[in-house]
Amino acid sequence: MEINKAASAGTLESSDVLVSVKKNSGIKVDIQSDVMEQYGESIKEIIDKTLKELDVNNVQVKVNDKGALDYTIQARLKTALERASK
Amino acid sequence: MSRLRRSMLYLPGNSPNMVQDAHLYGADSILIDLEDSVVISEKDSARNLVRNALDNVDYGDIEVTIRINPVHTDFYKDDLKVIVPGKPDAIRVPKSESAEQIKKVDEFITELEKENGIEVGSVKLMPMIESAKGVREVNEIAEASSRNVALTIGGEDLATDLGVTRTKGSEEIFTSRSLVVLAAKAAGIDALDTIYSNVNDIEGLRKETELIKKMGFSGKAVIHPKQIKPVHEVFNPTEEEVREARKVVDAAEEAERKGQGAITVNGKMVDYPIVDRARKTIAYAESTSK
Repeated sequence: MEINKAASAGTLESSDVLVSVKKNSGIKVDIQSDVMEQYGESIKEIIDKTLKELDVNNVQVKVNDKGALDYTIQARLKTALERASK
Repeated sequence: MSRLRRSMLYLPGNSPNMVQDAHLYGADSILIDLEDSVVISEKDSARNLVRNALDNVDYGDIEVTIRINPVHTDFYKDDLKVIVPGKPDAIRVPKSESAEQIKKVDEFITELEKENGIEVGSVKLMPMIESAKGVREVNEIAEASSRNVALTIGGEDLATDLGVTRTKGSEEIFTSRSLVVLAAKAAGIDALDTIYSNVNDIEGLRKETELIKKMGFSGKAVIHPKQIKPVHEVFNPTEEEVREARKVVDAAEEAERKGQGAITVNGKMVDYPIVDRARKTIAYAESTSK
């Protein structure tokens, strides 16, 4: 999947996550989370796995997490990437 | 008997906290919405979220229904493409106005089931009647697909289409409700009623539920967890009703053993349809106590 423009998905509501993506050379991931200490690593793993699955190699991902479950993070990232690839 | 559908709790499909907790409120069925509660710019995000929820949340025995966007919009096919592989129990088709629309949805779901290795026919349908045209075509809609398990009625859109105001007594949709019940029963499926929009008026909700139960509806859509209990209370047979039903069934079984025909219970004649209703009351009471 090619990133053609900047896009985002999700919200800053509780249990949600706001994911923003834009074109980059290589992969860069910034994570901000209310539960960074406990779940920072696991959020990073979900992001990496999703990028791999969707074959995205040149992207900057910014995540502002409000306690989202793994599948919510995955869904929001996927939506942001689909929007950015249009 | 068919599945218990006393309450169907509506939840907006783009709200992670509601989607993840949907099954915790005690409704018989949850209804995750991709239509009216999701703005056009968020349709893609909501369907990805709902699909992931279907794949990851253990909703237990609760029936999970997804309301897609209407067949006359560009969204419904994308909704189905993303949602069907998540194997929801059923799809609610809003603004159903013809048998052709339901057949179109049925055929597309069949394609998706085949593509995704899902047993064909396992995803059920609930056409939603919410326009004058839909009411006029309701018999054909009810029979349009073997996937149909219920017909539902959408009171707010229907009132708008009829050019009338929704009132507390809901006389304005009485005929439409009756036609939906008749069509559903003739097709051997459930009829499910519209929402009661004033969440603070529990007494009004109770009265409306009593009315629609008498009319033949099997359940009602609810929009707030606090509406679930009163709806269940109305639909549950009372202890007295169950006692009477047991009396009827016992007397009928006794008569059968003795080779007798018609019998009387409490001075009233009891024949086959009454015994049948009594058996259904007992079965219903047993299913609600699980």
